[in-house]
Amino acid sequence: MVLDDWILAFHVLSAFAMVSALVLFWILVLAVRDVDTVDQTLAYGRVMRVGTPVVMAGVVGTILFGVWLAVALDRYRLWDGWIVAALLLWALGTWAGMRADAEYRRPVVRAEELRAAAHQEGQPGELRALNRSPAGFRMHTISSVAVILVLVDMIWKPGA
Amino acid sequence: MLLVGATLTSASALTYARGDVRFLRFGYWTLLAVGLPAYVLMRIGAEWMASREGLNDEGASEPAWLVIGYIVADLGLLLFVVALVAGGFGIRRLGQGKGSALLRTAMILTIVLLAAYVFAVWAMAGKPD
Repeated sequence: MVLDDWILAFHVLSAFAMVSALVLFWILVLAVRDVDTVDQTLAYGRVMRVGTPVVMAGVVGTILFGVWLAVALDRYRLWDGWIVAALLLWALGTWAGMRADAEYRRPVVRAEELRAAAHQEGQPGELRALNRSPAGFRMHTISSVAVILVLVDMIWKPGA
Repeated sequence: MLLVGATLTSASALTYARGDVRFLRFGYWTLLAVGLPAYVLMRIGAEWMASREGLNDEGASEPAWLVIGYIVADLGLLLFVVALVAGGFGIRRLGQGKGSALLRTAMILTIVLLAAYVFAVWAMAGKPD
């Protein structure tokens, strides 16, 4: 394997990390919809913490190794239409993902506050409402659609 | 990607359950309800791609990355089924205060599967000679 093969392997591994973490977050988003207790919210929060570094490694790795490949390989240019489209979609997906992360962090922070205050439960429905977060759901959907479009763009390379 | 995501979720949930029955069930059901269909999709997709690219044709050479992919997929299925069976019995016995050893086995197997999938992705993307 030459250096470019290693870079491609890391690029693909980063893409796998990003999508795997998105799948993890989707499973959590659906699982926490009816969760209204401190213990359960904190338990799901622990799994969310596994997804965060994985998605960050994916986000950083895909752009870093992707740009490297676009610069290093003669057959690609950074300003090729499909690469520009991928960069814009990557930026949209990252922005929406960060917004979703902030939304879904709120119930965990609230549960930690309740635990610190020795309250095992908040107001009935309070944690459930935070766990359902329509804004978080919307942002996670936007992020996922953007990532799927990047994958489609990367696989078929329209115009290349 | 769906399979790796489901395995990652299941391994994380089983690892962080800390004896919480509801959370152990969540980890197990993620593996069964998301991981198993994802495995079937992956295997069908892989076979379809291999057939389309002529990799299974008679006399076609078998590159190392393809062999690694098949080994991880097929041996992985065996580990996957063992994890599902062990986890299933573990979940059933939770009500009697037992089953934690079986669930720990399922957890270890999902972590091993995850490592194998990462290796297979590296091999299939980098295509070592």
